[in-house]
Amino acid sequence: MGLPTPDTAHLARPEYASVYEPAEDTYLLLDALENDRAELQALRPAVCVEIGSGSGCVSAFLGQVLAPHRALIVSTDINAAASAATRETAARAAPAAVLEQCRTRFAQALDGRLRGGVDVLLFNPPYVVTPADEIDSTPEASAWAGGRDGREVLDALLPQVAGLLAPAGRFYLVAIEENKPDEIVRIMAAHGLAGRRVLSRRAGREHLSILRFARSPAAC
Amino acid sequence: MRLITHNMLKCHVKNCSDPDKQFPLRFKGTAGAEEVKLEQIEAERNDEFLVRMLPRLEWGALAITAGELNIPLPDKVPSDPAADDGFLQALHTAILEMHVLEGTMFCNGCGHEYKITKGIPNMLLGEHEI
Repeated sequence: MGLPTPDTAHLARPEYASVYEPAEDTYLLLDALENDRAELQALRPAVCVEIGSGSGCVSAFLGQVLAPHRALIVSTDINAAASAATRETAARAAPAAVLEQCRTRFAQALDGRLRGGVDVLLFNPPYVVTPADEIDSTPEASAWAGGRDGREVLDALLPQVAGLLAPAGRFYLVAIEENKPDEIVRIMAAHGLAGRRVLSRRAGREHLSILRFARSPAAC
Repeated sequence: MRLITHNMLKCHVKNCSDPDKQFPLRFKGTAGAEEVKLEQIEAERNDEFLVRMLPRLEWGALAITAGELNIPLPDKVPSDPAADDGFLQALHTAILEMHVLEGTMFCNGCGHEYKITKGIPNMLLGEHEI
């Protein structure tokens, strides 16, 4: 593992109190991206989107994974503090990539223009199993509260993913066992995307996985 | 927010009046652009990326927006963009070096306004607008 983890020391500042700090789930996604470095570089992505970027750690890291090649990486979040934190993380990383931020739910503001145009899509969703009314109850809760099976937020996005992805595009998703990863793979198959678990790790009570999806079963 | 990103944003208000007018989002305070705070931040030019990005851009929309913000940009893409240094420099400056720090965008169809604050566009809609 050669690439440095992006500097997010600024998250300690009070204005970023509501922003999810990089944790084991974040690091597992970084590892999956680094494992796929050669393939991701060969894909030569022009447009990448991270949904719910939080600290911006993953977006900045993707820029490093793709370097020296440049890509546009748009990081979305609904939380203003998260978008600001992502912007600062991007500035600190000063990568080859073009790191941009946008406050929107999922990729809604981009969906009309980027239909079939996203080369790499990343999502570390709010996956924790919670009562439904905890979802988006506070900016902090938006980062982790996932409702029934920890899937309620994710399930709203899943039908949109195939439409967003470019023909050779890839979608990376963080999930825990309670999210029923096999069921997520079946749902995506019904939308024309093949997927599989590419990395797993146990972190405390969480059994984390990274799922990777693509149109072609050979690429997923 | 740079123009490369602006070129990817569309009004997504439910029942927005005219799909042809949802894009590009216009800037309030055009021409003089006093309501728009722009900053140029120098960036390393990467010609391979610019050429790779070209097919992903909606050129007509980009030209309109650059015109509104008084950012020089050719009306048309030359036949061999990769070999046109002047074009690549203008494109690089327009989409990667010019940052909109503050401003308000509006939809040419429904009039919905989206604010840009500290360089970040707020494209969130209220529950009734989705």
